[in-house]
Order: sequence, then structure tokens, then C-alpha cells
Amino acid sequence: MKKGLQRKGESLGGSIPERRFGRFGGRYVPETLIAALDELEVAYVAALADPEFQSEFDALLRDFVGRPSPLTRARRLEGAVGWGAIYLKREDLNHTGAHKINNTIGQALLARRMGKRRIIAETGAGQHGVATATACALFDMECVVYMGTEDVERQALNVFRMELLGADVRPVESGTRTLKDATNEAIRDWVTNVRTTHYIIGSVVGPAPFPRIVRDFQSVIGREAREQILATEGRLPSAIVACVGGGSNAMGAFHAFVDDPEVALIGVEAAGEGIASGRHSASLAAGTPGILHGSLSYLLQDADGQVAPAHSISAGLDYPGVGPEHSFLKEAGRARYVSVTDGAALEAFHRLSELEGIIPALETAHAVAYLLGAGRDEIGGGPVILCLSGRGDKDVAHVARVEGRGLPQDSHALVTHRTAGRV
Amino acid sequence: MRIAAAFAERRAKGEAALIPYSCAGFPSRQESLELLHAAAGAGADLIELGIPFSDPLADGPTIQKATFEALRKGMTVRGVLDVLREFRRSADTPVVLMTYLNPIYHFGLEAFVSAAREAGADGLLITDLPANADPELEETVQGSGLDLIRLLAPTTSTDRIPVVASGASGYLYYLSRTGVTGARTELRVELAREIEAIRAAVDLPVAVGFGVSTPEHAALLAEVADGVIVGSALLDAVGAGGVSKGAAFLSSLRAAMDGVVRQRS
Repeated sequence: MKKGLQRKGESLGGSIPERRFGRFGGRYVPETLIAALDELEVAYVAALADPEFQSEFDALLRDFVGRPSPLTRARRLEGAVGWGAIYLKREDLNHTGAHKINNTIGQALLARRMGKRRIIAETGAGQHGVATATACALFDMECVVYMGTEDVERQALNVFRMELLGADVRPVESGTRTLKDATNEAIRDWVTNVRTTHYIIGSVVGPAPFPRIVRDFQSVIGREAREQILATEGRLPSAIVACVGGGSNAMGAFHAFVDDPEVALIGVEAAGEGIASGRHSASLAAGTPGILHGSLSYLLQDADGQVAPAHSISAGLDYPGVGPEHSFLKEAGRARYVSVTDGAALEAFHRLSELEGIIPALETAHAVAYLLGAGRDEIGGGPVILCLSGRGDKDVAHVARVEGRGLPQDSHALVTHRTAGRV
Repeated sequence: MRIAAAFAERRAKGEAALIPYSCAGFPSRQESLELLHAAAGAGADLIELGIPFSDPLADGPTIQKATFEALRKGMTVRGVLDVLREFRRSADTPVVLMTYLNPIYHFGLEAFVSAAREAGADGLLITDLPANADPELEETVQGSGLDLIRLLAPTTSTDRIPVVASGASGYLYYLSRTGVTGARTELRVELAREIEAIRAAVDLPVAVGFGVSTPEHAALLAEVADGVIVGSALLDAVGAGGVSKGAAFLSSLRAAMDGVVRQRS
């Protein structure tokens, strides 16, 4: 396995990396941010070339995050689908319970290199917010997390976790009150405080160089999985399956396999109440190229170029855009994107819990649902690696509520009470 | 080149241009049209007319609110062009369309610039299209006959100022501080020095915006800048007392600016 953040054949040689993936990506931002993006680009290139940065990052992933994460054979799930071996890449076992921490540790190290001690972040499901708050506690940095008020409600437990970790969680009331608007508000903060603040964006979205940086920090998922599957099966997988909101766990899982055409890359978007209903988050399936949050990518928008509200049962997928590299992989025909409804995801949430003793995040449950419904020919016969991007503890109360089973505890009321005063 | 002429005219008198921003469709379509006429009547030298966008990530609360209200009442890109066309029937004050990229990208930029020309626009300012971000799109605007107005920020490096200026025409919009739009109570003292540095490096007029909220601000800026841009404070006035209050506010700015002796001409 190749060590470090770069894939083979991809050397930066100290120069500024390409800002686009084909025609997608770019830097469509207000002028105020250009200097900060330039600074970040230079700092990132220098960090990549610095063995000390690499070894500190690797050590933190090992000793703090708990990497490498296991690759778990899912035999009862195999029994349910009946077409071959399935392995789960266990990002749910990372510290804080999801893949998000891979990126926040890396970016916090970058922020420290740049001398910035104030960190801002947006969060949808709260996993990225928790991972950012965790990194900030570790590095003694000030942390402000923007979160839409609808998500504050859906993900109350994570709000409380962020507060425990010392973060200032700022509910965002504007627009659709979800991840999109939390991102708008984080960008507004960054435009205002750009000289002192680093924005730890949580997915492979945003202006260059963010999509590349986040992908590189997440690419440890695929690198490990590749080594692990070769050790166990002696061959590459026939497919990698991952859920896609912004698409960071998917990009992290795909990256090490992009140059292996025999490995199918399958991204699973949220179809919400069904694509035809118009209430979904399937940007790649149903969107058209547009500009949001600094990059050109597939986007849900109306006939007048206004961004359309997204919908998903899972807050982490409830986003009208998607990372530009996914748009590139889609148009290049290298990756395939499918979608799964709220109902199917909810059912998969239960199935995986019962079959494997693993409660997945609702985001991840979309990828599980796809596997449950996929035929052998779609998947190539296996072995298949499913990126188990996060655990579902945060979703338990929400699922109970959706299913009308009442709250198992009073965490919801506690947290909304705590945050209400700051709206 | 109505924009250059407007600045030249003020400059010849030793005065700075007054540049109000308004959001098409706010508080309603009709009132936004009336506001254009009222602004022209109150001494506006040119007008920035905003195309509302669902995700105004460089705007503060006032313009966000105006934007969402305009969208809620059905304003569209074509609707903005219609408002402009109607204004043009009886007014020749230069108009710069100000927008985020996505609505006009979705419209088709080539089609948009030609429709904008036809409707009577003089310039185009795209908030999230910084210099060299997308040369193809930038060239489409530059070749359209519309002035491409660009932003300069306090964070723009000295090296970059000529790069920004080289593809721009009409004027440069200097953001008087980092941050989003919104009326402020104080202007920074370093501002005069920064504007001087920009004017030393470029030939275009330099207009200053972001935070202008009182006649005193406008007068201070008029001493050092070629143009004074006022947005949020105007929309606050319109929101509170309608078009007439907005016009009175602009007249008060114009009066304060006329009393100013320019530091340079």
C-alpha cells in the first residue's frame, strides 16, 4: 500500500494543484476569500511535502481516531442478498462514530500550520460538527459550528455533544434551515473573519482547494480497504458502495480504486419521498450543473436557477449540491449513482441492526438499502465493500419519533431547550 | 459607455458619484421600479440593480431578507430584465445588474448578457465570479458591451489588484471591510489609505461600498473615493417607510456629498 495522501501517478511536485475535475469545481467565491484560498492551497501543498505533517497525521489517525478501521465480513447480510461476499468498512468504529474525523484532524493540523486558531464549520447530521469540535478540543482551538434549526431538532443529541466538547453551536434560521443554509452562514462568517479563521468544510464540496483536500484526508478509507481486501480475498472488490450527500465518505472510499476499471464505484443518493415527488436530495440523478458554495457541480435548482430545497430523512444527505469530483466521475462514466428512498433507508436501518448487530447512521442506511435491493449483475458478483460511514446512535431518537414510538429518553427536549435562547 | 461618462461628469465637478443598490422585486415589483425612478431623481449617478438568488452567501440580514421577499413574490431573472426595460423607457441613468452567478449561468450567460443589453443594462457585477475564476465566462461578459464590474477586498493582495483591474471596466467596487453586506455605524480609518493605494495602481474609478449608513459616512467616503455605494441602509429605509423614505435618505446622502471638497480630482 502506498503511504501518504497522494494516489500513485499523482505528484504535486510543489506546484498548485488543478482546481477542477474536468469542467467541475473551480473557485466561484466573493473576492474577499481569494487570498485565504490561495493561502490554504500553499499551506496544503507544503504540508503534503512535509514528512513531519504526514507522520503527525498518521499518528493521530492511529492513536486518537483508532485507525485502521476494520473490514468486517457481513455474513448474515450476505445471506439476505444471496449473491456473494460483502465487507463493511467500519468507519462507524472511528472515534466520534463516523468518517468525518479523518478530515477534521487533517484540516485542524493545516489550520495550526497557518497560525489560525479560530475554526468554523457547518454541519447537517451533526457528525461533522462533532468531529470538528473534537479536533478543536484536541488542538485547543476556538470552535463555532453552524447548524440549521431543522437539523438542531432532528439531531439534538449531536448538538449536546458539540457543546460538551466546548463548541459554540449557532442555529441557522434562514432559508431551508438545513445543511445548505448552515453552509451559507459558515461562508458569511468566513468572509467576515477570514484573517483569523479557518473554515473546516465537512465534505468534498466548496471552492478549490477544499474538495481535493477533503478527499485526500478521507482517502485513507479506500487505501486501507484496498489493503485489507487484498489480504483477505486476494483480489480487488467487484464494487465499492457508499452513500452520497456532499460525498466525502464515497470519495474517500472510491479514490484508491479510481484507476482500477474492474472495480465498480457506486454512489447512493437520497431519493427522499421519491424522485418524482420532487422531495429528494438526488443531485446527480435529478439535478443539472450549477454553482453553489463556490464550485460548479450537479445541483438541484428550479427553472430560474434558484437552488431547490432538498429533502431526506437523513440530515447528512439533505443537501441540494454534491462534490464536483462526483459530477466528474458521473460524466466520465467512471462511477454510477443510484438513489434510495426514505422508506427503504429506514427499513435498511432496521435490517442491518438485526442482521449484523450494527446500527448504521441513516445516511449509511441508504447504501445498505441499495445493496439489499441490488442484483448480482449490478454488483459484479462480489466481493463488495460497503463503506459503513457512520453509526446510528445519533438517529435512534429521530427514528423512534418518525415511527411514532415516542422518545426513548428526554435528550431531545433537553437540547432544544439549551439552544433555543441563541436563535 | 454611460458608466464611464457618469463618473467623468462627477469628477469634472470635483464630486463623487452616488450609487444606490436595490433588489428587484423588493418590497414589490412595482415599488422596486418606483425606487429606480426615485433614486434617479434623488441624485443617483448610477444604480446597481440586484437579481435575487436563493443563497445570497455574501449578504447580510437586510439584503437576505429583501432577496427572500422578492423571490417569494415571484421575481425571476426575466422579471428583473422587465423591470429594467420599463425603467429605461423614461430614464437614462446607468444600471449595473448585480447577481450571483447561478441564476444567469442557468439562464445561459451568452443569452443573458444579450438580453441584459437589450433591456438597457450598462454593466454586470457577479459577486461570486472573481477575476480569473472562469476566463470563458468572463470573456463572454467582456465581449458583450456590458462593463464587467469587479470587486476588490481589503484582503486582495497588492499583486492581484492590477489583475482584477485588467479585465474590468466601468469602475471597481471596493468592499470597505471584510464581511457581508449590511449597514454599519463606523467606517474604518485605514480606508482612505487603502483607496489611495488602489487608485495609484489602476486607472478605473473606485467606488466604495459595504457599511455606508449615514450622510456622514457618505461625505467621508466622497472625500477619497470616486463613488459611494449604499445598499442595506437604503433597503432598511425602504422597508421602514417605503420608496419615499428611501428617496429622502438618498437625497440626504447626496446633499452631504455635495458639500465635500475632494482630496483629489
